[in-house]
Amino acid sequence: MQFNTQVVSPVTPLMVCTDIELIAAHDNRKTVGKISVTNPRMRCRNVNVFYGDKQAINRVNLDIGRHEVIAMIGPSGCGKSTFLRCLNRMNDTIDSCRVTGEILLDDQDIYDKKLDVVPLRAQVGMVFQKPNPFPKSIYENVAYGPRIHGLVSSKSDLDVVVESSLCRAGLWDEVKDRLDQPGTGLSGGQQQRLCIARTIAVGPEVILMDEPCSALDPIATAKIEGLIDELREEYTIAIVTHSMQQAARVSQRTAYFHLGDLIEVGETNQIFTNPQHKLTEDYITGRFG
Amino acid sequence: MHLPTLLFILALLCVFSFWIGKRRALIIADGKHCNLHSLPGYYGYYASLWCAIPALVVLVFWTGFESSIITTLVSRELPVALQSLPSDRLNLVINDIQNLVSGNIVSGEIDPAMRAAADHYQHLQQISQAALTVVVLALAVLGLLLAYRQIHQAQRARNWVERVIMFFLISSSSIAVFTTIGIVLSVLFEAIRFFQAVPISDFLLGLKWSPQMAIREDQVGSSGVFGAIPLFAGTMLISFIAMLVAAPIGLMAAIYLSEYASKKMRNITKPLLEILAGIPTVVYGFFAALAVAPFIRDSGEWIGLDVSSESALAAGLVMGVMIIPFVSSLSDDVINAVPQAMRDGSYALGATHSETIRQVIIPAALPGIVGGMLLAVSRAIGETMIVVMAAGLSANLTANPLQAVTTVTVQMVTLLVGDQEFDSPKTLAAFALGLMLFVTTLVLNVIALYVVRKYREQYE
Ligand SMILES: Nc1ncnc2c1ncn2[C@@H]1O[C@H](COP(=O)(O)OP(=O)(O)OP(=O)(O)O)[C@@H](O)[C@H]1O
Ligand SMILES: [Mg+2]
Repeated sequence: MQFNTQVVSPVTPLMVCTDIELIAAHDNRKTVGKISVTNPRMRCRNVNVFYGDKQAINRVNLDIGRHEVIAMIGPSGCGKSTFLRCLNRMNDTIDSCRVTGEILLDDQDIYDKKLDVVPLRAQVGMVFQKPNPFPKSIYENVAYGPRIHGLVSSKSDLDVVVESSLCRAGLWDEVKDRLDQPGTGLSGGQQQRLCIARTIAVGPEVILMDEPCSALDPIATAKIEGLIDELREEYTIAIVTHSMQQAARVSQRTAYFHLGDLIEVGETNQIFTNPQHKLTEDYITGRFG
Repeated sequence: MHLPTLLFILALLCVFSFWIGKRRALIIADGKHCNLHSLPGYYGYYASLWCAIPALVVLVFWTGFESSIITTLVSRELPVALQSLPSDRLNLVINDIQNLVSGNIVSGEIDPAMRAAADHYQHLQQISQAALTVVVLALAVLGLLLAYRQIHQAQRARNWVERVIMFFLISSSSIAVFTTIGIVLSVLFEAIRFFQAVPISDFLLGLKWSPQMAIREDQVGSSGVFGAIPLFAGTMLISFIAMLVAAPIGLMAAIYLSEYASKKMRNITKPLLEILAGIPTVVYGFFAALAVAPFIRDSGEWIGLDVSSESALAAGLVMGVMIIPFVSSLSDDVINAVPQAMRDGSYALGATHSETIRQVIIPAALPGIVGGMLLAVSRAIGETMIVVMAAGLSANLTANPLQAVTTVTVQMVTLLVGDQEFDSPKTLAAFALGLMLFVTTLVLNVIALYVVRKYREQYE
């Protein structure tokens, strides 16, 4: 994918100059900023993703550190969800999708032919962009994961797991009286929190969150952000968000994607106060996207 | 003018009216759409409908009543000798006259009176046709003129046209409804006549079915016994065996096809399975009677069981195979309709493929699967051919699948084939059975709807 679609106008020589620089930077395919961390939890090298013939992710290199929250930002359609789905091989379910490159989880290549994806996904959980509760009761939605993994031995243990997961997702007070009602009967924001509760009930080590707060009001958003902060103590979190404030609030590092390329990555503070790349600057100052 | 020619001219007139209506609207609006209430095309349809509908209505009624009116007129002109004949003989004469007119073979001699009557008939027919042409065309032109004069700027042509279209849609759907009501009523009335001859309690609770009614009064064994329980028991037994075969196999085939099979495999297997549904039931019938039933009898004898050569088991097994595609095809569709997001949600929690199928996909698809199963059951209940050939005709009241049984539909067939009196209880019994069958499937459908709705409420 080429980033030379901007119209080059001959009457503004200054613009031409910057564009040529951009194209040059792009042709090197060099991501600005420090992609690697010491002792990473996940390590992605030269990751390309194709949907059929169309390339959606272009040679992305990125490390995700232990106990860190990494935010992924970028304009709509730039491939944030696609990249996130690579990290627990959810893209396997899309027939046309092909992933090349190397993604390591604790030095284990997750695209290794011999690797079993089932435990991988229990280890790397995911909250989807669109809430997708199961056609089951609220209780069963949360109990589903612990049950299939045999995490609990008795009904009372399960009750405890369900209650604590719902509490941490900030949903318990709203649903404690109707746990036996269908999860699909909740409002969009409640469904999203139910999906978060469902994911943390399994206790994954890495949690991928695709715009978890897009349907939430400020109060619920604050609860989820609190949860993310709390989870960071033990887990690793990659979060896609369209809210710059949210990225600034919850993450330690931020990665900016643009049309399938990872443009810039760095400390969240630095990205938002002193972006190195013109595209990043344009995006966070609101001139793009 | 011949009818096809007339219709063709009418069609041409309609096209012309469309054009002229549209043009008129444009002229009134000075060529600007915004001056009109509706788009110009609607004024075209308006004129065209005014031109067509009254003319067509007259045409339909005219052709419908033409022959009976002419017949009445002709028979009034017949010689007194013929007119005074008894009504069935008179009908015969009139038939002959009609045959003469259309140039068919006539029974007996053609006497001059009849020849005259035929000529008269033909003459009237010609007049009628000419009149029809004139009236229809006049109406069409009149309608067109009327519409033409009514077109003005603020006229709500679109609303009018849409109301007419809605009326046509309503009448189409009511045709289906009224046909159903008609069938139900006719079955109901015949059944009531049957229950006047045979008490309803005997029919519903009787354990013996032997509908041998005497045709002559003095015949021996002239009283029939009409206890429907053995028939319904047989139907239930065979349907049950069929569902025992079809439900698990069909469901598992559907799960394989929709969840595990590769695209290529699916493209080959699904049509193959659906071919099963395309095999005529007669073919299944003789397969059951000639291959399956003897096989079951032989293997039963081999292990020392007493199996009759026609058995409920044979019919049920083959019927089960026949309805597999109903179950599998419908279940496959509903399983495919479960959104991918639901599967993703389950996989993302580390669930395996089979856990996802069992705990997420099947529950989500359950209403549709239940619907498919119930459809298959009603198909099994209504199936006749296989049972006639493989399960026999003797109305045994038994739960033993190795014996011969018979079903409601089979008995309805045997009651009505051949020459029958239409008012003997034997024939009317078929209507009573039909009514019962109808009620059964209705109840089944109501249950299905209830089940489906209950799950819907829970899951959507
Ligand atoms: N299943 C798919 N099949 C084909 N193309 C896809 C598929 N999913 C995504 N794409 C394409 O890949 C590109 C990246 O999509 P992706 O969903 O990753 O964007 P995104 O950054 O998450 O956008 P948003 O912020 O709107 O969620 C888009 O151009 C999209 O059209
Ligand atoms: Mg997305």
